Amino acid sequence: MKYIEEFQNPDLARRLLDDIHSIVTRPWALMEVCGGQTHTIIRHGIDQLLPEQVELIHGPGCPVCVTPLEVIDKALEIASRPEVIFCSFGDMLRVPGTGRDLFRVRSEGGDVRIVYSPLDALKVAQQNPDREVVFFGIGFETTAPPNAMTVYQARRLGIPNFSLLVSHVRVPPAIEAIMQSPSCRVQGFLAAGHVCSVMGMREYPELAERFQVPIVVTGFEPLDILEGVRRTVLQLERGEHTVENAYPRAVHPDGNPAALTMLEDVFEVTDRAWRGIGTIPDSGWRLSTRYRDYDAEYRFSVTGIATEEPAECRSGEVLQGLLKPHECEAFGTTCTPRNPLGATMVSSEGACAAYYLYRRLDIRTAPRETSPVA
Amino acid sequence: MPETTEALNATVTATAGVPGEAPVLDLTAWTCPAPLRDQPRVVMGHGGGGALSAELVQHVFAPAYGGDVLAQLADSAVVSLGGARLAFSTDSYVVRPLFFPGGSIGDLAVNGTVNDLAMSGARAAYLSCGFILEEGVELSVVARVANALGAAARRAGVEVATGDTKVVDAGHGDGIFINTAGIGLVPAGVDLRPQRVVPGDVVIASGAIGVHGVAIMSVREGLEFGVEIESDCAALGGLVETMLAVTPDLHVLRDPTRGGLAAALNEIAVASGTGVVIQERNVPVPPAVANACAVLGLDPLYVANEGKLVAFVPREHAEAVLEAMRAHPLGAEATVIGEAVEAHPGMVVARTGLGGTRVVDLPIGEQLPRIC
Amino acid sequence: MCLAVPGRVMDIEERDGTRMATVDFGGVVKEVCLEYLPDLQVGEYAIVHVGFALQRLDEESARKTLDLFAELGLLQKEFGDPWELAAEAGGTSPTGGADVPQEVQQ
Repeated sequence: MKYIEEFQNPDLARRLLDDIHSIVTRPWALMEVCGGQTHTIIRHGIDQLLPEQVELIHGPGCPVCVTPLEVIDKALEIASRPEVIFCSFGDMLRVPGTGRDLFRVRSEGGDVRIVYSPLDALKVAQQNPDREVVFFGIGFETTAPPNAMTVYQARRLGIPNFSLLVSHVRVPPAIEAIMQSPSCRVQGFLAAGHVCSVMGMREYPELAERFQVPIVVTGFEPLDILEGVRRTVLQLERGEHTVENAYPRAVHPDGNPAALTMLEDVFEVTDRAWRGIGTIPDSGWRLSTRYRDYDAEYRFSVTGIATEEPAECRSGEVLQGLLKPHECEAFGTTCTPRNPLGATMVSSEGACAAYYLYRRLDIRTAPRETSPVA
Repeated sequence: MPETTEALNATVTATAGVPGEAPVLDLTAWTCPAPLRDQPRVVMGHGGGGALSAELVQHVFAPAYGGDVLAQLADSAVVSLGGARLAFSTDSYVVRPLFFPGGSIGDLAVNGTVNDLAMSGARAAYLSCGFILEEGVELSVVARVANALGAAARRAGVEVATGDTKVVDAGHGDGIFINTAGIGLVPAGVDLRPQRVVPGDVVIASGAIGVHGVAIMSVREGLEFGVEIESDCAALGGLVETMLAVTPDLHVLRDPTRGGLAAALNEIAVASGTGVVIQERNVPVPPAVANACAVLGLDPLYVANEGKLVAFVPREHAEAVLEAMRAHPLGAEATVIGEAVEAHPGMVVARTGLGGTRVVDLPIGEQLPRIC
Repeated sequence: MCLAVPGRVMDIEERDGTRMATVDFGGVVKEVCLEYLPDLQVGEYAIVHVGFALQRLDEESARKTLDLFAELGLLQKEFGDPWELAAEAGGTSPTGGADVPQEVQQ
């Protein structure tokens, strides 16, 4: 068992597809919450193989997409300082702040480095005791424990020149906000498997009950996605709305207790702005006061930076699943991955970029209705 | 749509969300960040072999000094001089680290330029070699690179005919940079250009893709990982001669270096005005390459190669060319990966293993490891 | 969100008071922090995200899941094969006539 190839098997995929085709009787709109799932869907062309009645709405689950402009601007400010080595996951470098991105900071002399793991940034701090090393700690519940452990280790090992610029977001408050939106048309959720690997499933029954939606914890390989769709459609067809685990090999209902304990210690819940969406109460984590010494916002006095987001493109609606990327006026014309109007186009996981890269074919051949942009 | 960031910012009217209020989201008020237009300074992506590189050439270099020959925008230019058809090419090498599994900057400096010439059908005859050395770099390192370069030149059967050395201040270089240029004769009857591609042409890859890029990434600072894989860095002149011996009527060859197979196929699709369809499961991706890409969140189609070529071959010759390639050590794993089609001109489309399709676009700049 | 990949633990050691492992991702080897899965053993698989093992992979449930998929197909066969319909509905290629010639592939 390698846990990868087995879950990409075309024969089993066909069986799952057969089953989905046989159970669906009417249109359903499902949202896959996670950008990684969007990636699998588009990359394997899964949406083209599903029955027409099953519509997949790509959710706001890409940390690169939703990191607020204000936090990007703080990152750009900190990264521009001569004493700073700014470490980041690779895909954050292309996300535009106000007029600049981290690539541009680098071209202007900033020391911006791509790392694979936050622990690599801690290593950079140990190797450069005379420099300030800042790690850009973005991400969902999956990435929060690694970042939390890194700060914990920095304190434990006494590494004073390390700090974290934090902008973590949490999935359940986002699901709640989406369901409360007056124009919401999501009828079922494929919940993000790796978030649940950490958090477990205890946050979801209340949401499923309150909004009467099926929530199926779903993995990331093609067969996982198909099984998530199959179980959600099955529930919808039966009029059910429970929480199911379609990714049991990696999700325990209680999550990862050690990680949960660490999160409790290092972070505290806060309101968080989601880029293109708006502020969602209690939807984020920041460093708790115990770790304020390691909070880059305080260390570099950038807490005052407050950027308003310009009203131009419609990535908010795309992130909320109200608009398919190609229904946006700017899509593929003035808005491309190279010149992104919105965060959804920036990340390779973003719904627009995924569409642009993998679906431009269909969009080119299909006549496009023009609709006024808000 | 306003053209500049300033204009966009001037139109800002709304902010997203109001803290403290109930999370009922008003869609009409949702907003999105301003676009980041042209970079005022050079960014790494300008050297990535993707769209940013192409724009730099198109907007800055070509208008400044471009002529009919440069307008070919091929890996090597084909020029007539004294009655001979010469392929002429130059390339600069700035790889970090200088030594990597399976090769060094010295090997690349020979093979890269030899391969650029080979893609025009020419066997490289002479190379120039310019070293740009950083003050402080150890002479023993320079010697190791020079020896590797010499050995590679002998293997490729090319003579280094002229050279140059410059030294820059400490901190103004990265140890060793090398530029090589090369010339070679294009055999009579050989005309390799993307414009010759027609629907029905068969697309052949000479072997496993993504190997060089993964070997380099495995030793790159910040990404290090262990992998039993070595760069495929090799000179392809001999393989190309073998192919041309079957028929001089190949349509186009490309060595998919920066930007990988995706960039090479996109360049050909755009320049030829045909569509390209590849069968993803027929593209040879070694497991270690696939797994390294999975860990880093990269797509093997966009990862660099240094000893592979992709050929567009008229259908009637495809079988014989493939057979000849497989008889050559550098083409032993050659395989058909797709074909040129009339549909979707200028676009590359992959059929996925599950039976869906996806567009394989020109990369923007360098491919970035992603977390999500 | 979160590109996390299954990997197999090859060996485990303490480093700077932190439990670290060498993890094999199908021929790609990286150092991974085990602090969140303190009882993970050599030979076991875990989901790894940005250098951290976050959850043990359970082979038994993986097999059960795959068995379930296989059974779906068997049940389906009794009711005929709707695959052709599915292909007509949504699975056809928009490119048309673009198959690679089989004779050349051989």
